[in-house]
This record gives sequence, structure tokens and C-alpha cells, in this order.
Amino acid sequence: MPRHWRWLVPYLFLIPGGLWLLAFFVVPMLVMASVSLQTGSLGTGYALTWNFGVYPEMIGAWAPQFERSLWYSIVVTALTLAVGYPMAYTIAFRGGRYKSILLLLVILPFFTAYIIRTLSWKLILADNGFVLGNLKDIGFLDDGFRIIATPIAVISGLTYNFLPFMVLPLYVALEKIDPKLVEAATDLYASRLQAFLRVTLPLSMPGVFAGSLLTFIPAVGDFINSEILGSRDTTMIGQIIQRLFLNNNAYPEAAALGFMLMAAVLALVFIYARFVGADELTR
Amino acid sequence: MTKRFGDVVAVDDLSLEVKPGEFFALLGPSGCGKTTTLRMIGGFEEVTSGSVYLGDTDVTDLPPFKRATNTVFQNYALFPHLTVFENIAFGLRRRKTPTNEIRHQVAFMLKLVELPGYEDRKPNQLSGGQQQRVALARALVNNPRVLLLDEPLGALDLKLRKQMQVELKRIQSEIGITFIFVTHDQEEAMTMSDRIAVMRAGRIEQLGQPEELYERPRTDFVAGFLGVSNLIDADVAGRDERFATLRLDGGTLLRAPAAYVNGAPRVRLGVRPEKLRVIALNDDTGDSVDADTNALDGTVLDASYIGVSTQYLVETPDGHKLTVYAQNLETSGAGEVLADGQRVRLTWKPQHTFVIGPAIGPMPAGDAELEEEPQVHA
Ligand SMILES: Nc1ncnc2c1ncn2[C@@H]1O[C@H](COP(=O)(O)OP(=O)(O)OP(=O)(O)O)[C@@H](O)[C@H]1O
Ligand SMILES: [Mg+2]
Repeated sequence: MPRHWRWLVPYLFLIPGGLWLLAFFVVPMLVMASVSLQTGSLGTGYALTWNFGVYPEMIGAWAPQFERSLWYSIVVTALTLAVGYPMAYTIAFRGGRYKSILLLLVILPFFTAYIIRTLSWKLILADNGFVLGNLKDIGFLDDGFRIIATPIAVISGLTYNFLPFMVLPLYVALEKIDPKLVEAATDLYASRLQAFLRVTLPLSMPGVFAGSLLTFIPAVGDFINSEILGSRDTTMIGQIIQRLFLNNNAYPEAAALGFMLMAAVLALVFIYARFVGADELTR
Repeated sequence: MTKRFGDVVAVDDLSLEVKPGEFFALLGPSGCGKTTTLRMIGGFEEVTSGSVYLGDTDVTDLPPFKRATNTVFQNYALFPHLTVFENIAFGLRRRKTPTNEIRHQVAFMLKLVELPGYEDRKPNQLSGGQQQRVALARALVNNPRVLLLDEPLGALDLKLRKQMQVELKRIQSEIGITFIFVTHDQEEAMTMSDRIAVMRAGRIEQLGQPEELYERPRTDFVAGFLGVSNLIDADVAGRDERFATLRLDGGTLLRAPAAYVNGAPRVRLGVRPEKLRVIALNDDTGDSVDADTNALDGTVLDASYIGVSTQYLVETPDGHKLTVYAQNLETSGAGEVLADGQRVRLTWKPQHTFVIGPAIGPMPAGDAELEEEPQVHA
């Protein structure tokens, strides 16, 4: 290649990924955008009528599920962070030669299917399963006590399923931190806690940010956990979209909901990025 | 103090006393326990046995943040997320210094390390030498009683290193804080320190002023680690007031300061290459040697002219190889280097002979006359 075309090389490397995204992201997005603005039925066929009214209509119809999904996901993200941070911290700084084994254990659940894992939680949490059943038998719990079909079950399931997505980026961020920096902080009159708050925590923020996104975004759209572990009172927006698409053949409505979900997620992520400090990401 | 990591004894029953205001160097090869010693003084490493005193205070069990010591780490360990200003202010902030005072002191420190105007930079926007200065300022601003430096110049290139050596020395004399400085570079230790402890395998091999260590090394290791030494085994043949007579295995008699010899029948004598004079031997050169001079005959094996001096490798009849650095004083040009195979006589003053023997007593500290007038009694 002639010398003055050299600058092109890095862009050439972008072409395969670019084409992939074009085919599997941009095109479907445009198709869905168009679908959301069509009217008609399976029988009569659909036509693009620029029916923007479907958006407010869907918000009106499914606001509670929408809000619930966002709330659950925020709680799930906070919980995975609370559980995952100490885990990642311990593996990164205290793991020693067991580091890789511990990391393997973290991702071990991925070796079984998502649905199977969630179904097994249904057994564990069942009203008369071996946990609650035994506790009820010894009189520790009231006979009416239940976890399954409550928000707690759904949130627990989501937290469990998304924990690795939080732990891995956190681990990567923490592992990069030179322990000498913590020593330097304690040398400069910081207590262990202050050294953590002033040095380790800020330096791990890229991991916190990445882990939060990887947890929050898929959690908002999740339609498995609530379906298996929840009840009608825990229905999340992902389930609604799925039902509209697959059961009711209500394609425009489902597409409109999907777009609004995406917009909401983007807005929240943007606020979060401003809050955490976006320049943490690029370092 | 002693430090064990499992089976590894990193520091072995080491005792050390550093004077206030002193520039003290821990010198030794890689893995000899320098860093571990420094880390125990700083409180980063628990002492397996023994204690650490700062002045009269026993600080053995105090964590680093409760010790009046500060550290300049080997690779600086600057906080990458904080500006230069905040890096330097870190210690002051933890001690709740008023903001005004902090601004004042950081500015003073930046001036001292010659980096004013760099307050708002992040560490990754600084060169290695500048980072080094920030690390120094960050430690010094806390006004520690002792500053610990772990190979602070190790990551710099040679030129910058020389420059920072001078700089460090200037800063130390300006503020008068005790520096304990770890290095494996003997030249660095020699040029900067008031005293040096040469370490080997977790112990102090010899401790003293740079001149002492160089002129009178007390072990093979020190003789070899600080500069180049010619070492030859000999028997003690006799001694008078000033000099002991030593007989080499080939029969040659040499003399060394009597005080250096202490009862042991067999010793190892040494002389530095630059103390030796080379004279070409011709058939008409007599055997007579000045009574006040040590002499050893040999043959030039190899000569290399390196500008400031000429380096010879000379072999004696009984097989000892000696290195000689001859100042090119009397030569009028490169042509006068002695040829390989030339028979030569090496001469030197007896007081330039040092003795490494099994039975040498402790060395009295700070005898400035040592070199010329060996009055030392062990
Ligand atoms: N945390 C540790 N665990 C086990 N062994 C250690 C540890 N730290 C140091 N050592 C061992 O202790 C000995 C002394 O190490 P130290 O770091 O003090 O050497 P050093 O003199 O500073 O060497 P260098 O010039 O290479 O920095 C070495 O044998 C090293 O392997
Ligand atoms: Mg070291």
C-alpha cells in the first residue's frame, strides 16, 4: 500500500465490526422504528401510517410495569455492587495464587443455562421446598410465609444472575491498582479506611461504572426472572414486550415499548455517567 | 531486627543506627534485603523479631501512618487520579491542615523541587524526573524526621540520574532531614552518602564512610562490590611498630599497616588498581626497591588505552593477575602504552595495602587520618 494511504489502515480494521453492527443492529433498529409507526393486523397486513400515538398510548397502558422494571434494576444494580465489590476486592488483593480459581468460580454458573439456573431457584425458594419447608416444620417460619412470587424473589434472582457481570469488570479495575498506592496513602497519614476511600475506590470507578451498565441494562429488559420467580404483581416490561410480540402479535405496540425502554435506559446511563464522572471511563 | 518470609530470611539480625541529619545509604546487590529493611523502618513490613526506634520512641508496633517517617517509593507510587497539587497535599489533608497553610506549603515544596506551575497536571503528564520530584515533595512536605528512599533514581536514565543525585543532596542539606537511601549502585552511594551500610544476604557486611569502605574494605565482598580490588593470599611473616610483613606464596615480601593485621597467621591482602605504578623492566633495571615501597614483578597480559587512563592486566610469576589503572601522566601520546608480554614492576605504598583477614576487630568510626597514618587499634 502506498505510503500516503497508511492512515487508512486503522480504519480498515473497523470494517468487519462495522458491517456486523450495521447488519445486526442498525438495520433491525430501523425496521423496528418503522414497525412501531405502522398500523394494521396480521390478517389485513401492516402499513406505515406514522402513527406516533402508539407511544403515549403504550406509556399509559404499561407505566407501572415500566417503572417497576427501572426500580428493580436500580435495586439489583445496587445489590450486585454491594455483594460484588467485596468479592472482587478480596479476589484482586487477597486472592494470591487462588485468583484464577476464584474467578472461575464466579463465572461457573454460566456453564448452565440461564433458564435452568433460574428454575432451580424456583425449587429452592418454593413454599414447601427444602429450605422454607424445613424451616416451617421446625416452627421457625409461619406457615403462610413465602418468598416465591414476591418482588424479593425476582430481585434475588436477578441479582444472582447478573452478579458475574458486576464482579468481572470490578475485578479487572481493582487488579490494576498498584498496592504500593495504598501503602503510599498509609505512609501519608491515611488510615486503612481513608486509604480505601481516597485511593482504591476512586481508582476502581471505571469498574463500578462498567459493571453497573452491564448489570443494569440487561436487567431492565429481563423477562425470565419475573416470569419464573414472580407473580402478576412483579411483571416487568420485558415480559410485556415479549407477550405483545409473541402472543398477541401486537408488533407496533411491542416495538414502541422497546424504543421507550431504550430511551429511558440511555437517559439514566447518561445521568449516571455525569454523576460518576465520564472521564473515569476513558482512563 | 530480623525478617522472615516463610523459610526465607530476608533480613538477618541486622542492627543499624542512623544519626540525625545524616544521609545514610543501604547498598547491596539485588535481593540482599535493602527494601525489606527500609519497609520495616517505614512500618510496611512487620518485624519478625527486634525493634525499631525513632529517637527514643519505640515504633516497632506502630502502623506507617503513625510514624514520623515518609517514603519515596521505588516507582514513585503517585496517585494517578490526583493532580500534582493534590498528590503533594495528600498527607497535609489527612492531618487536617488548614487550606491556606496547605496552599502555602505545597507552593514552597514545588519551588524546592523546581516544579512551580505544575500544580494542575496529572502524574501521567509528567516526565520520569518530574514524577520523581513530585514523589519527593509529597513525602517532604510532611516534614518527617526520617525520609526513606527506595532506589528513587533507579528508573531514570544516566544523565538525569546524575542531575537528580546533585539535586537530592542539595535538598537534603537545605532542609536537614535524615535520609535513608536504598541503592544497588555503588557510585551513587559513594557520591551522595555520609555513611554507607553494605548489605549482603540480609546482613550488614560493613558500615562506614565512603572513603573508609573504599580504602579499607574488610571483606572480600566489600572489596569487590565497591570498585575493583586486587586480592592475594599471604602469610604474616612479622610486624614492627608501623608495618606488618606479609609473605606471598612465591616468597615475595610485602608490607601493610601493622594495625590491619591482627594475630591471624594467614590473611588476604588487597590493593586498588589506581594505587599501583607500572615500571617497565629492562635488563639494566636493578633489583633494588625503595625500602618504603611494595613491589611485585610480572608480565603484561593485556593493555587497553581508555583515554583518561590505561588499564593493564599483569600476571605475576606465581600466577596472580592484577588490574592496574595507570594515569597517562608521563606518556606523550597513545604510542607509549606498554606492549603485551612486557616485563613490568608494580610498586605501591605499603599504607595503600589493605588486609582482609579472619580476625579483624571492629573498626573505629570516623578516623580521618586512616589513609595516611594507620593508627587504628582493633
Ligand atoms: N513478600 C515477600 N515474600 C517472600 N519473600 C520476600 C518478600 N519480599 C522480599 N522477599 C525476599 O526477601 C529477600 C530480600 O528482598 P528485598 O526486596 O529486601 O531485596 P532488595 O535488596 O531490595 O533487592 P532489590 O535490589 O532487587 O530491590 C529476597 O530474597 C526476596 O525474595
Ligand atoms: Mg528493593
